[in-house]
Amino acid sequence: MSEAILTVEHLTMRFGGLLAVNDLSFEARRGDITAVIGPNGAGKTTVFNCITGFYKPSQGRITMRHADGRTHLLERLADFRIAQEAKVARTFQNIRLFSGMTVLENLLVAQHNPLMSASGWSIGGILGLPAYGRAERRAIEKAAYWLDKCGLTDRADDPAGDLPYGPQRALEIARAMCTEPELLCLDEPAAGLNPRESLVLNELLRFIRKEHGTSLLLIEHDMSVVMEISDHVVVLDYGIKISDGTPAMVREDPKVIAAYLGVDDSEVEKVEAEVGL
Amino acid sequence: MTSATDPNFARPEPPSPVARAAREALFAAIIALGVFGPLLAFRTTQDMQNRLIVETRYGLIAIVVLLVFAGRFLLSLWFARARPEAGPTLGARLSGLVPRSVRDVVRSGLPPAALVALFVYPMMIMSLTGGSGALKWIDNFGIQILIYVMLAWGLNIVVGLAGLLDLGYVAFYAVGAYAYALIATKVIPATFPGLGVWAFWICLPISGILAAFWGVLLGFPVLRLRGDYLAIVTLAFGEIIRLVLINWTAFSNGYEGISTIPRPSFFGVPFNASDTGFAATFGLEFSPVYRTIFLYYVIVCLALLTAWVSNRLRKLPVGRAWEALREDEIACRSLGINTVNTKLTAFAIGAMFGGFAGSFFAARQGFISPESFTFMESAVILAIVVLGGMGSLVGTALAAVAMIGGTELLRELDWLKAIFGRDFDPAQYRMLIFGLAMVAIMVWKPRGFVSTRMPSAFLKNRRAVSADHVKEGQG
Repeated sequence: MSEAILTVEHLTMRFGGLLAVNDLSFEARRGDITAVIGPNGAGKTTVFNCITGFYKPSQGRITMRHADGRTHLLERLADFRIAQEAKVARTFQNIRLFSGMTVLENLLVAQHNPLMSASGWSIGGILGLPAYGRAERRAIEKAAYWLDKCGLTDRADDPAGDLPYGPQRALEIARAMCTEPELLCLDEPAAGLNPRESLVLNELLRFIRKEHGTSLLLIEHDMSVVMEISDHVVVLDYGIKISDGTPAMVREDPKVIAAYLGVDDSEVEKVEAEVGL
Repeated sequence: MTSATDPNFARPEPPSPVARAAREALFAAIIALGVFGPLLAFRTTQDMQNRLIVETRYGLIAIVVLLVFAGRFLLSLWFARARPEAGPTLGARLSGLVPRSVRDVVRSGLPPAALVALFVYPMMIMSLTGGSGALKWIDNFGIQILIYVMLAWGLNIVVGLAGLLDLGYVAFYAVGAYAYALIATKVIPATFPGLGVWAFWICLPISGILAAFWGVLLGFPVLRLRGDYLAIVTLAFGEIIRLVLINWTAFSNGYEGISTIPRPSFFGVPFNASDTGFAATFGLEFSPVYRTIFLYYVIVCLALLTAWVSNRLRKLPVGRAWEALREDEIACRSLGINTVNTKLTAFAIGAMFGGFAGSFFAARQGFISPESFTFMESAVILAIVVLGGMGSLVGTALAAVAMIGGTELLRELDWLKAIFGRDFDPAQYRMLIFGLAMVAIMVWKPRGFVSTRMPSAFLKNRRAVSADHVKEGQG
């Protein structure tokens, strides 16, 4: 078993009186696809926002371990540094593309930091130094590579807002990959996709893991995606972890079944006692 | 035009596009000479003894013919470059694709044509009106409009590209103007009086840097604000600067303002009637119009610098980050873009151009007071940016010509007095017409004159992005 890339310890997030995530601990291992699942309102997106720096957790520690051994404590980093230095990229549940910019420009914006230093913090770029021209050509090549992987090459010069829903999801993933992340966090990547698009997405995610060695952490409702591609599943309910293991283990877990499907009236007390409510 | 298909023609390949464009331009120029020659070259006027004489205006006709030549040359060249394999004659090409090419010509042919017009404008006015009349046209229409073009292009970086609604842009204009006025009237005479003639050229960069510094200073507290809140704070900032200038009389001389600001020199040669002045040095007869023409070219260069820099920045990562910020700030942060720095650079660079324009304004006027930097100025500049289409340089320039040139033209409409009576002053209706025009534009073109956005990079071909997708930013 490989080492952990992301370790979440005793993560707690309070919004006033509301306890959204309560003392959550789990690990995502390098090279794995880890899924976080749970019913609506279980706190999945809150966990994601804590990992990617959009929320500051009330308590707890989130450690990101790079392949070269460097570690970052994500709860202490500003959100843009989490992408820039800790190499954690994310997508959003409600797609957030730059809709007025072209598909290609979206992928170039994602390469902002390397391009910024290549342009000499704009000074060399304004003067038209060749170093920036080369860097931009490389950036366009990289964008073209990801466009090819997502089947969007033909639409590279169209505004991102013109794309249908499925390709927009794919473009958001491609954009996140252009930041060269070690850990890619996907917030419901299959939401709103039809079964065929779901299959294409699964292929893309497998490709990302295999060819780029990027570990994935995903929130998902679509069980076909979760069960098919994930190596490790964490189940949340009311901000508490109720199960953690392989997809097969989780599927058989009575607590998970109870959380998702409910139980007969006669069994409520027994199950509640088991779950600890 | 059919030489390429002529069997007797020696070379099988068509002539080079430049040669062809030059020939077409020559034909156009000859036709223009024939058409305009009799109309423009001769004019009948009365001389001092009230006799009817014929006045010849060969300079004017030369300019017109040259303009036609240059315009036709650029147009032909552009067509040859855009569609080398298309039909043999320009006419055939034109008739084939009228709607598309008209739009394209406007898009790519307008800037070079406008540029040529910009540079020959003072000469044209001089030959049209003669010495004293030219002053008004170059100053009120040329320089005045160009100052606003430059301000609008500067504000366009903040509002149009980065999507940050700034209602206090005039503050940076004031900082630039007062920086030049105070340094040139107090600091330089007290320290290096010998540098007096160079004052404008020394203070221009200093004013820009100071304005940029104030831009950053304003940027810091307002970074967390968006939309309406940002607009209110920037509005207040503009007022604070103005009120400080009014009340801190020891510093800025309050309402009385600062007068006798040194005028710019021709790179060290002053514009005066002395023996070392510009006219004497170049063997010309002294006339105040030379300074005005020089100021005109200075502001042309400053405005073009603004356009060049902002166009260049748009294609750099920082410009793309500005536009991305306007589209979606949260997505920017998820991609590792430092939004604080990105916003601050937008504020600083926008403010810097405001500062340049301010120091030019002070140099042109020779006198400044807080009255020149009221909220109305900010509103007009912002209206130009919005009217032009946020983010578009061509649209913004057109809007500045329409708004500032339009209000100046109202002063020229004295003949209206014949219709509405002696007390009628069209300039009094300026704001009314201004408001009506804004309402009309909102109905007719809600996203401004040029609402499409040109992408900063492309894989196969560059296509404009329709305004439906482009966001306006939330502050």
